[in-house]
Amino acid sequence: MKYQSDYIKLALPKGRFLSPTANLLKEIALDFKGYSSKTRRYRLQSVRFPGLSAKIFQEKDIPTQVAIGNYDLGICGLDWIEELTAGYPASAVIKISSLNYGEGGVYAVASYQMGISSIDELLAKRDNWRIVSEYPNLAQSFALNLRMKAFKIFPIWGAAEVYPPEDAGLAILWARNESEIETQGLIPLMKLFPVTAFLIANRESLENKNLSKVLTCFNNVAVNKNRVVTSSSDVIAKGEVMQQLHWQAKKIKLALPDGHQQLPTVQFLKCVGLSFKGYSGGMLNRRPSTDLDWLGVKVIRPQDMPLQVANKNFDLAITGKDWLLEHLYRFPSSPVMELLDLGSGGVKIVAAVNKDMPITNIDDLSSLIQNGKLTPLRVASEYINIADKYLRDNYINPYKLIPTWGASEAFLPEDADLLIDNIQTGKTLAQHNLKIIDVLFESTARLIGNKDSLSSSDKKEKIEFLIQTLQRGL
Amino acid sequence: MLPKDMLRFRHIEDIFRACCLDWGYQEVRTPTLEYLHLFTATGTLTPSRLGKVYSFLDWDGWSGERVVLRPDGTIPVARLYINNLSEHEIAKLFYVTNIFAFEETGRESRERWQCGAEFLGGAKLVADVETISLLKEVVCKLVLNNVMLQLSHAGLVKALIKELKLSHSEEARVTSRVLDGDWQALTEAKTTKPELDRFLSPLLSLKGKSSAFLQNTKALCQQVSLDLKSSMEDFINITTLLDNLGCNYEIDITAIRGFEYYTGVCFQLLANGKKIGGGGRYDDLVPLMGGKNAPACGFALYIDPIMKLLLLKNKKSNESGILIKGERPTLEVAKTCFTLAQSLHKAKHAVEVDFSEQEPDDYRWVITISVSEPSQFTITDRQTQQRWNITSVAEILTILGE
Repeated sequence: MKYQSDYIKLALPKGRFLSPTANLLKEIALDFKGYSSKTRRYRLQSVRFPGLSAKIFQEKDIPTQVAIGNYDLGICGLDWIEELTAGYPASAVIKISSLNYGEGGVYAVASYQMGISSIDELLAKRDNWRIVSEYPNLAQSFALNLRMKAFKIFPIWGAAEVYPPEDAGLAILWARNESEIETQGLIPLMKLFPVTAFLIANRESLENKNLSKVLTCFNNVAVNKNRVVTSSSDVIAKGEVMQQLHWQAKKIKLALPDGHQQLPTVQFLKCVGLSFKGYSGGMLNRRPSTDLDWLGVKVIRPQDMPLQVANKNFDLAITGKDWLLEHLYRFPSSPVMELLDLGSGGVKIVAAVNKDMPITNIDDLSSLIQNGKLTPLRVASEYINIADKYLRDNYINPYKLIPTWGASEAFLPEDADLLIDNIQTGKTLAQHNLKIIDVLFESTARLIGNKDSLSSSDKKEKIEFLIQTLQRGL
Repeated sequence: MLPKDMLRFRHIEDIFRACCLDWGYQEVRTPTLEYLHLFTATGTLTPSRLGKVYSFLDWDGWSGERVVLRPDGTIPVARLYINNLSEHEIAKLFYVTNIFAFEETGRESRERWQCGAEFLGGAKLVADVETISLLKEVVCKLVLNNVMLQLSHAGLVKALIKELKLSHSEEARVTSRVLDGDWQALTEAKTTKPELDRFLSPLLSLKGKSSAFLQNTKALCQQVSLDLKSSMEDFINITTLLDNLGCNYEIDITAIRGFEYYTGVCFQLLANGKKIGGGGRYDDLVPLMGGKNAPACGFALYIDPIMKLLLLKNKKSNESGILIKGERPTLEVAKTCFTLAQSLHKAKHAVEVDFSEQEPDDYRWVITISVSEPSQFTITDRQTQQRWNITSVAEILTILGE
């Protein structure tokens, strides 16, 4: 590929590495105006070099964006680079250098209750291991390299630490240190690697394009002392360890959502007279307690709930209609079903494009593609299966799906043409110069359950009691 | 594969099938989609092999179960044997199948074809020699240049590694490296055991041409484990029998890689220096997969490299061919053409029908059916330039029969 210009694009991380990265860039005189944790902008311009721009991404998206060549350079944690290359060893992403700041590492952990304390003991136990991880590719190569004979990998969006021992034997997760793992009632079996921030480059850019002015700036980084990030934003609730113990004994297992859906769920539960200690307050306990002695509760990501309910790790869960459909479109014969529309936490799932695109609806988009423009259509979405179905149903062809991990609106217009995302008010879309061309459906909080649990004579009565209780809030 | 490739493919397949059937092997076919755990369960495929499988979620993918495109030919056949045929003392099976593996350069094919035979159950020594004989016979009939059979012995190699008395993890590491073809691992480790060097060095660096080589090596190693001795004994017996059968081979312990599930003799076949097949004894596989204690061995020939090496003459396919030429595709003419074609097919003649205006190229016989006189055939012998006007099918058959 020949490049028209030497205009350089850099992908910068949100989240845990934002402030240390901003500090570093300032130090090496490569700062970008507005790159701070308070920013609401995604596109940044270099203060020093007119031919250099940057965009802010979820860290997880950065290795992919650099590998496919949308960005020449990127900064992100080693864990997400390794996750990409474990799955796709031929990815066109080159690690240039460690930036000497970072935190923690990726660990393989088990629960104390499993009665194992090392990898050797783990291998001696001939189980069919269930492994949960935000890093499914790393988890798979971990299992293969240990020559584990039987294992199942469950990709999740987050909160891996809450799964063992009931809902997974092992978790591959990022943690600050071993003592953090231990406070969560878990035991670190193996540290896969420490996580530091890395400067990465696209292979072709490195081969063909002059990136030297930016690379030179990074030359002095290695000399600097190690910087260790300390963050206090996510302190673990002490005493959590103790509460794990009787989970298995509970007759009915319920999953409650964290994140955006937490607050509306708390309010709804309060209104029907159900209270969960550790769920409603400021400090989140991922295993809240309740007065109902037959009910076990865990707080996990709403995205992960349908899969967990399908596997009977939970009988019931409160998640969004969006994530239920996302699951059912992928697995139509899944034993998960909707039990109740709680009506709270409403969002709209919409299709949006850049304001400057001369279309007003999906049919316009379709004819635009048929006329040879926008082929293939690049679609960014957190909802891969919903997006896939929507595009098929509307005879949009050809298209390319770009899975994202949040902040999807930042992909348009440079790195995607169409966005399938959820909105509350539409303000964010407008701020990013986007317009809605279709509303796919409205999504509210739903109580979902496993069909088998519902027909189990053991559980039926209790589940019906919970449904009736929740119905009072409608 | 294009028509010219398929000719080569079928040629190899036909020879392979005929040879297997002659030896009393029965053909089987296994599913293209298998569960991943079938291949991880035995712990016999290396992590690097398993890292290259195409795996994805099935309809019940929420359960975390993954399915894969068959990455190996032998393990599915062993499964088929365990589930359906294990009451027989001996099962001799063969297959022609495709296997799939990630191809990272994007230049090679992700799908590779192989034809393989497996001998499950039965006495070890004769089964080993029978499969090698079958393999040699197939290759002989394929008429390939510079074919070489290389022999090694997985049991011997594993016993050798054990002899180094390494720690458990160190031993696993050396085994993995050797499996991936890095024999340096063994030479590095052996420096700590000078007493092994006496026989290890010749065994690793020389290439024997007869069982005498192994007899000599055996004479050099006295203070060794029972495992090593019995592997050596087994290897000597097999090579002696091959010597007696006049089978040429080269003993090269280090030539063979990726012998993941092999336990005894293993071999590979080269033609013009290219690997075109391999196999060996795998006694642990069936019991590891939950079957009974069944010794087994087998081989696979790799169709793709053989297709490139095949010395096939581009024979003129139609030098005795028959073409029925309809002058115009009217209903009447078409009906006559197809009726005639059916009659000739019934009489076991290969016949093609053509309505185009193209000049027919390499057919010997051309039968023309014209518009005006539907019952009238004109048959031309393009070899002798003779021409007949004919009214019945019987007359055509007489002319063709002469």
